Amino acid sequence: MSNIGRRKITATVALGASGVATAIGLAFLAAILWTLFSKGLGGLSWSVFTQTTPAPGSSGGLLNAIYGSLVMTLLGVLIGGPIGILAATYLSEYGRDTRLSTVIRFINDVLLSAPSIVIGLFVYTLVVVPMGHFSALAGAVSLAIIVIPVTVRTAEDMLRLIPETLRHGSAALGARPWRTITSIVYPAARSGLLTGVLLALARVSGETAPLLFTALNNQFWNANLNQPMANLPVVIFQFATSPYKNWQSLAWAGALLITLFVLFLSIIARLIASMFGARESRVE
Amino acid sequence: MSAITIPYHPQLKREARAEWVFRSLTVASAALVLILLAGVLMALCYGGWPALRTFKLDFLTREVWNPVTDQFGALAALYGTVVTSLIAMLIAVPLAFGIAVFLTETCPLWLRAPIASCIELLAAVPSIVFGIWGLFVLAPVLQHSVQPWLIDTFGDLPWIGKLFRGPPYGIGLMTAGLVLAVMVLPFITSVMREVFLATPRSLKEAAYGLGATQWEVIWDVVLPNSRAGIIGGMMLGLGRALGETMAVTFVVGNAHRISTSLLAPGTTISASIANEFTEAVGSLYTSSLIALGLLLFVLTFTIIAAARLLLLQIERRGARV
Amino acid sequence: MTKFPSRLTMTLRAVALFGGAIGPALAADISGAGATFPYPIYAKWAEAYKTQTGIGLNYQSIGSGGGIKQIEAGTVTFGASDKPLEPADLKQNGLVQWPMIIGGVVPVVNIPGVKPGDLVLDGPTLAAIYMGDISRWNDAAIQKLNPKLTLPKLDIAPVYRSDGSGTNFLFTNYLSKVSPSFSQKIGANTSVQWPVGIGAKGNEGVANQTTQTGGAIGYVEYAYVKQTGMTYTKLLNQDGKYVVPEAKAFQAAAANADWAKAEGYYLILTDQPGADSWPITGASFILMHAQSKGESTVAALKFFDWAYKSGQKMAEELDYVPLPEKVAKLVQKTWQESLSVDGKPVWPAK
Repeated sequence: MSNIGRRKITATVALGASGVATAIGLAFLAAILWTLFSKGLGGLSWSVFTQTTPAPGSSGGLLNAIYGSLVMTLLGVLIGGPIGILAATYLSEYGRDTRLSTVIRFINDVLLSAPSIVIGLFVYTLVVVPMGHFSALAGAVSLAIIVIPVTVRTAEDMLRLIPETLRHGSAALGARPWRTITSIVYPAARSGLLTGVLLALARVSGETAPLLFTALNNQFWNANLNQPMANLPVVIFQFATSPYKNWQSLAWAGALLITLFVLFLSIIARLIASMFGARESRVE
Repeated sequence: MSAITIPYHPQLKREARAEWVFRSLTVASAALVLILLAGVLMALCYGGWPALRTFKLDFLTREVWNPVTDQFGALAALYGTVVTSLIAMLIAVPLAFGIAVFLTETCPLWLRAPIASCIELLAAVPSIVFGIWGLFVLAPVLQHSVQPWLIDTFGDLPWIGKLFRGPPYGIGLMTAGLVLAVMVLPFITSVMREVFLATPRSLKEAAYGLGATQWEVIWDVVLPNSRAGIIGGMMLGLGRALGETMAVTFVVGNAHRISTSLLAPGTTISASIANEFTEAVGSLYTSSLIALGLLLFVLTFTIIAAARLLLLQIERRGARV
Repeated sequence: MTKFPSRLTMTLRAVALFGGAIGPALAADISGAGATFPYPIYAKWAEAYKTQTGIGLNYQSIGSGGGIKQIEAGTVTFGASDKPLEPADLKQNGLVQWPMIIGGVVPVVNIPGVKPGDLVLDGPTLAAIYMGDISRWNDAAIQKLNPKLTLPKLDIAPVYRSDGSGTNFLFTNYLSKVSPSFSQKIGANTSVQWPVGIGAKGNEGVANQTTQTGGAIGYVEYAYVKQTGMTYTKLLNQDGKYVVPEAKAFQAAAANADWAKAEGYYLILTDQPGADSWPITGASFILMHAQSKGESTVAALKFFDWAYKSGQKMAEELDYVPLPEKVAKLVQKTWQESLSVDGKPVWPAK
């Protein structure tokens, strides 16, 4: 066979293999989504949203878990979001390209990819042990610690996108940096910052490991931040590894809910980003 | 902005104070990032110190994990962590490469964005979903079809046969590695895709001009050009795989043992901590688990730091990419 | 006026809204953690108690080891453990211990073609399986005990507890009694180093894993078997008789228990004599601090008192053996003598 013939065959085979690889990747996605929807929808019903977690064999829902997850993730974002945005403000407005800023960015990226179970251990040692008990607050703190590096990364990217001319114009009018930032830069970047916060929210909604030894879990309704609070991921963990059919179907329903929530947030974030023209940010 | 001397004016004084407050807030927040990292490291060292002091370097080399006799060694967990992550990378990297190639070269233009979005959808799925999918769907399939086939086909071969011996449990190191592979696939794919897309057109067109086939352009031009980015992306994926907890805990088998067979149950650092921490009785047990956490943190820190440094180098080289 | 402050105010308002001011007043008053062995009945009791009195019991089923740890750390009102603490440990930690319910640990299997109650095992064989000496279901030793059953050539997948477990303690305690090599190689405790098999968390995890894995064998408390219809096995007891796991068999084993004489109620009920005795029977214990603060102690004691009096039928439905009334009275005397809140005795409650 001629050289060119061999090379052409190699090319076809290789590119064909790439198509197969894509098909495999998509097949996995389809398999997971199919299982999630078929088992999850089967477990969904109105009672999932109106009743609290049941004892084995009884009927119930996921109300306390859903509430707990919402409260803790929102609280985590409320604590971590502003801190992240402020830190990003330092990096993009004040620190700029100093060595300290480079170090902070580097450390931030490391924290971003740190195993979340280690964060859970950290918060256990720092919050749970001194307090003497598990609490939703500790859970929220651990989620906040995960939110911070995510927000810093996206917020800094967004803030850097704002053209310097805006800042210069504001300075020329005699505004101090804080005035420039709060009156000019933040409003200009608000869609990007919002996107970043939504992505952070999506990221922590699915986190289980940090909640395992901070918020623990609670069979009943609890709205007290100072007590263990039910949350979807830990409830799914407990129910899915049990032999009770009603618990298993609730676990799948909960898994479906979390996935839908995360997908919803990601789509909203993308919509906002594309609507306001900001560059789509991808967070690892 | 510099200070210009002007006559005293109450508003200017207010604004100067506000500037000080705001700037301090941002500095404090930025410093918090550093403090957090230092804090995590210190908390882990503090918590793990009793175990490390008792076992010293033996902690890293012993397989024993016996809460009764209070003897703990991290080797089984370390082994499991490394093996599952290696399996994940061995499966995910070629697949990611293939998908990235497909998306940047072969795929019809109108299909590219939808498929890319689908792959990224995989990244949005929470890790606990991977875990329960692995336990209820993947594990039975592996136990009844794939693993028996592997044992029959490879089990008796001289060298690699050792990797495929043992009863087919369905869960174990292999299953955990497989689930991890599916989890890190979207990340590696997106990094590879970005790096491929960033290849200067002139380079590729020069190669086409010389008569190269599409594949040859990818293999001999795009890939070498993107090498640093790919390695960086792979290391980020590896860092993620090493630290993943929920996806692995469901399917790794929770056995503190080292076996040569990939089909055997094992444990990873994060799975051990997740399963045993809330019930660890005795300060040495708890301390050993925290020491495991410290090990994991150091491990992922090293890999991620190296990856980030590499990627930083690429960013600095800028146009040369 | 910039937008920043007003967003801040709105944020603060949102935090206050979620901060816990709202929410129905049905908060849990009693918190407990520990053994998964009694969890099915504690959950049933908690549900009924809540319906009757409106007070909730938040019980975290995390294993006996976890229960002991939590009560020692003071993070819960009571701990639950199937492995009783020895009197010396009780004194050292300022804890009081008493038995709440009795149940049985039952081997369960997942073998195609084998139905509940078909398979028969004995102690030494069980020990050999878990030591890895017997690795296939059609092994001669198992076949000898089951002449009428055709067992497939299937690998055995032993499932064990990966967490600190009282059930594990009872199981290994029994195996150590009937197999000297097991006692030497593995020993009896809440957590041991198993040479083969898969680990699962909690009675729930073992039950789940056994049903998921073909050829598996596990050990769970009988209520889990009853609630989920798993394939249990019969066991050969000390008297050489084959026993089916059920409340009658557990009761026979517990008949010899002399609670009055046991210091700190420390009694292990495995491998008890008696023709009908189930070999792996055990009591599940409650641990509380001798001296505590606050109302949760009284609330917990009221719950336990209610459980002793009104929880018997529910326990029997799950094939647990409720403790006889005279033992309940003994326990309440212990409460009177040993428990105090803020220095004052806490029982009988007003």
